[in-house]
Amino acid sequence: MAKYIGKRLVYMLLSLWMIVTATFFFMRIAPGNPFASEKKLPPEIEANLNAHFGLDKPWYAQYWEYLVRIANWDFGPSFKYKSQTVNDLINEGFPVSFLLGMEAIFIAVAVGVLLGIIAALKHNRWPDYTAMIVAVLGISVPSFIMASFLQYFLAIKMGIFPVARWESFMHSVLPAVALASTPMAFIARLTRSSMLEVLANDYIKTAKSKGLSRGVITVKHTIRNALLPVVTYMGPLTAGILTGSFVIERIFGIPGLGAHFVTSINNRDYTVIMGVTVFYSILLLVSILLVDIAYGIIDPRIKLAGGKKGE
Amino acid sequence: MNKRLSIFFSMLLVLSMFLAACSGGGDNADGGEKGGDDGGKSDVPQELRVNINTEPPSLNPGLAEDSTSGTVLRNVLEGLTRINQDGKPEKAMADDIKVSEDGKTYTFTIRDANWSNGDPVIAKDFEYAWKWALDPANNSTYAYQLYYLEGAEAFNTGKGEKDAVGVKAIDEKTLEVKLVNPTPYFEELTAFYTYLPVNSKIAEANPEWATDAGENFTTNGPFHLVEWAHSDKIVLEKSETYWDAETVKLDSIEMIMINDPNTELSMFDNGELDWAGAPTGALPTDAMQALKDEGRLVTQPIAGIYNYKFNTTAEPFNNVNIRKAFAHAINRQELIDNILQGEQLPAMAIVPPSMFEENEKGYFSDNDVEKAKEYLQKGLEELGYKDASELPAVTLSYNTSEAHQKIAQAIQDMWKQNLGVEVTLDNAEWNVFLDNVNQMDYQVARMGWLGDFNDAINFLEMYRDADGGNNNTGWESKEFQDLLAKSATETDPEARQQLLKDAEAVFMEDMPVAPIYFYTNNWVQAENLKDVAVSGLGDVQYKWAHFE
Repeated sequence: MAKYIGKRLVYMLLSLWMIVTATFFFMRIAPGNPFASEKKLPPEIEANLNAHFGLDKPWYAQYWEYLVRIANWDFGPSFKYKSQTVNDLINEGFPVSFLLGMEAIFIAVAVGVLLGIIAALKHNRWPDYTAMIVAVLGISVPSFIMASFLQYFLAIKMGIFPVARWESFMHSVLPAVALASTPMAFIARLTRSSMLEVLANDYIKTAKSKGLSRGVITVKHTIRNALLPVVTYMGPLTAGILTGSFVIERIFGIPGLGAHFVTSINNRDYTVIMGVTVFYSILLLVSILLVDIAYGIIDPRIKLAGGKKGE
Repeated sequence: MNKRLSIFFSMLLVLSMFLAACSGGGDNADGGEKGGDDGGKSDVPQELRVNINTEPPSLNPGLAEDSTSGTVLRNVLEGLTRINQDGKPEKAMADDIKVSEDGKTYTFTIRDANWSNGDPVIAKDFEYAWKWALDPANNSTYAYQLYYLEGAEAFNTGKGEKDAVGVKAIDEKTLEVKLVNPTPYFEELTAFYTYLPVNSKIAEANPEWATDAGENFTTNGPFHLVEWAHSDKIVLEKSETYWDAETVKLDSIEMIMINDPNTELSMFDNGELDWAGAPTGALPTDAMQALKDEGRLVTQPIAGIYNYKFNTTAEPFNNVNIRKAFAHAINRQELIDNILQGEQLPAMAIVPPSMFEENEKGYFSDNDVEKAKEYLQKGLEELGYKDASELPAVTLSYNTSEAHQKIAQAIQDMWKQNLGVEVTLDNAEWNVFLDNVNQMDYQVARMGWLGDFNDAINFLEMYRDADGGNNNTGWESKEFQDLLAKSATETDPEARQQLLKDAEAVFMEDMPVAPIYFYTNNWVQAENLKDVAVSGLGDVQYKWAHFE
């Protein structure tokens, strides 16, 4: 196991280096610069700024400097937000996105799995149809429409929740639900179809013929096996949700990390682009690793050390 | 049968959820409105809640370069002058202003006023702040706003000495400023945020004084900076140490950062904000008409222009008649009525009417198709084409945005209908677009311009030199340059105004730019909120604001 994890860590570093390199070069190939605006700067000032941020150096020097910075976990100052460094942006934005994300994941998994199980157990009966209608709605309604819909009815019309902002638990409910709706629906469908598949297996028949109660069969024999695809999906989902959603954070005015992924690119805020990309990549790589380890726990048939499914 | 029935029931379930949500609305919405009407009594809480859209990139006046930072700074710091409610500069930190005969030396006497930590405001605070911004080591992108001072440009570009900059604290209370040229609008400039003072004692000891709220962020304006939660909100409170504290009625201002027009309006409708829309935020374009019909929308013209620039270095727009044909064949009023819907003014001139009143009419009439056709014919002959279809392919470029796209599509259609010219549209991401325009890699390109201070020179200066950073048209005229040069040394305000008008006439005769419309600010505000001052430049001040 330790050997396996060690090997995976080496691969992770390699992937990270590739991501950083690709981002660095794509970012620089894109036209424009962090100081471009409708009102153009006098050339001397622009030259001065380039020198200050080291943009006048040859690309390999900048690239090397950047790798060193990442290794030290110091992403440097933001070009646009002069009162904050990139580390500040991440340190302040991530906890907010993380909290909101955890709430959303909790809703998505709890409701999604429950809906999926109900749908599978009551296959082709009304609970199945209801659950699947909810799921189809969840998948097909984009999150920003869901968000406006929730805002309009639950906040403006019914006055139960505040429209937006990040102040208290009540403020977090609507964005969490909006954020959770798509993954929730996806999880419900995944759970349902894999439950159905598992239920058709011979060992379930064996369990039934042994006279086991329905509850025991469902919990011990079915759900555990049916959750594998859900766990696979959890990896990228966690990384994606925890780092914040641009759309949801924008609509609800949440000071999370999500906005920086998009605005930094529009601003050509090089240091922020690199900072959030590296941060996101690490989260993604780690969560994928955790998912692979979780496989082994849920399904003993998968031998991690053998590397068959581990990659 | 059983299956169908269950589908029916599940549909019913979903539907009933919707209906429940809808019917619950009525009473609550009324309740909300009643809450807002409680005003009228004298004990109304004087707490303002506004949206400023985004995190202000910097609250150091020397580094600020955007309107969000400007909004906060204007309300916490005070310059030598302040733009009053009538849009005119009045004495603020300066108690007395003396101008020398040649208009090039200003002597300001600083009034008795204190910073929020008790330090007196001294002349050195201004000298320090201005020289700090000009110091090339500090990388201020807006330092050029101070180029009116003698020696400022040289120092900022590394060719001159700090001591040669024309600002000097003669003693604690006297500030002497030497200018390059007589600048009749200098008292406007001293109200601008790059000219705001900085508490020199604190800034010298803590270069990072402006990165957070706290004891280092001392203020001399109507409000204190109490809290700055980055990307979330800024809280200001009335300053008791402000010299004119009697005038200030608001106890606190909460500035939140929501960058979504729909949410902003929803929060306003829900009573969570007292103001939605310009100048600090934005309204959703789809809501404009409804707000107008309800009589809630407030519209105010601001000094800004939306225009299409022509690349005058390449065919066909190297020909003045072709340029004029395209400019005449646009129906601006129709664009405003159907697409923009914010009561903008059609622009047939380049300087906004707030500066030149007669520009409400402009130099030609809107949608003059007859004239356009004549110009086109003339232009085609001069270029040696028989027919409009022989013209080189014309591309209209704009940066990706729904509003720009709608306008471009409408104008594309107008050019086709009125001139018979096929135009291709080309949109690009903002930075890519700017790059193309700066490299003259375009034919017709959208650009906007907002005035920094209330003077026509703002809208003319950029076209002085073909290679000037903001010209982008390749156009240059000796006559235009001479008129601007004369205006720079003219001390009589009226004669100067006339020179600038003449310069504009020269510009419009050559039409390197097709003006489209002059910007307006649109917003909604709480009914009992009074005296929020929005200037002709779109700058907002809360010094006089109060709830009734």
